[in-house]
Amino acid sequence: MSTKHVNPTRMELTRLKKKLVTAMRGYKLLKDKRDELMRQFLELVRENKTLREKVEAGIQEANQNLVLARAGMSQEALNVALMAPKQEVSLEAETKNVMSVEIPVFHTRMRTPDPSDIYPYGLAFTSADLDDAIKRLSDLLPDLLRLAECEKSCQLMAAEIEKTRRRVNALEHVVIPETRQSIRYITMKLDENERSSQTRLMKVKDMMLEAAHHYSERTAAQEEAEG
Amino acid sequence: MYKIAVMGDQDSIYGFAALGFVPFSVTDPQEAERTLRDLAQGEYAVIYITEALAALIETEIDRYRTAGLPAIILIPGASGNTGRGMTAVKKSVEQAVGSDIIFGGE
Repeated sequence: MSTKHVNPTRMELTRLKKKLVTAMRGYKLLKDKRDELMRQFLELVRENKTLREKVEAGIQEANQNLVLARAGMSQEALNVALMAPKQEVSLEAETKNVMSVEIPVFHTRMRTPDPSDIYPYGLAFTSADLDDAIKRLSDLLPDLLRLAECEKSCQLMAAEIEKTRRRVNALEHVVIPETRQSIRYITMKLDENERSSQTRLMKVKDMMLEAAHHYSERTAAQEEAEG
Repeated sequence: MYKIAVMGDQDSIYGFAALGFVPFSVTDPQEAERTLRDLAQGEYAVIYITEALAALIETEIDRYRTAGLPAIILIPGASGNTGRGMTAVKKSVEQAVGSDIIFGGE
């Protein structure tokens, strides 16, 4: 692996060591975050799937009824019947923080709480199929809202998971190994410098002693005297 | 206080009007984009949109995927279910997990 250029100094080494500790801690935390997000996401997405199946089936049925209703009534009559809706839904949106993802939570408020009081028309001049269609849709309303909440949360969490996963991978495969490598490089370099200055000192000491006491001359003289 | 909007062709959405959703009948893609943008800035927390219409303004809808509100939810229209709504859920799974593990590669 190619190392980035680093200054082999003690200061740099301390800095890198601190960086490694932070990176390791960040990595562990982010990994935990990713795992927990993933767990919650999978739960939510399963719910999302079942809800969506249910809602899609419900809407399909309601649409069939609506088609029948339209066939049985004139366009004008239908328009008049649905002109002034009795029911009104308003939402209070809060956010819930799940692992730093702000997911929406909706509280609904309906104008007419009575489920049999939803038809905005008199029953005399409209087709029964229209009643059925509206009843179906109205029964579906809680699921529709829950689906909105669920699906939005899924989208937000998916984005967050992707981001977190990238960060975890970057730390695991780039930042941490690179820092380790740099630390190793600096340690080696410093050790090497230490050794080289050690030898240099020993050599200098030898030379100084030589200059002071003339060991080599003495040994030479001694050898001459003996031999 | 937020409201709920529903967008799509007239036939698909007028049933929802009876529930108290605010219907916006649009079929033209450009007009739909404009309406969506207006709604997203306004007081709508949830926008239901028919799959047929959503197919035409996909890029515009994708912009709101990662934003907070509004939640844009695809619903099947009168012309039938195209499976596009499910694909959106699948897309989320693929984005998060890396591969599709919920739908079993249907």
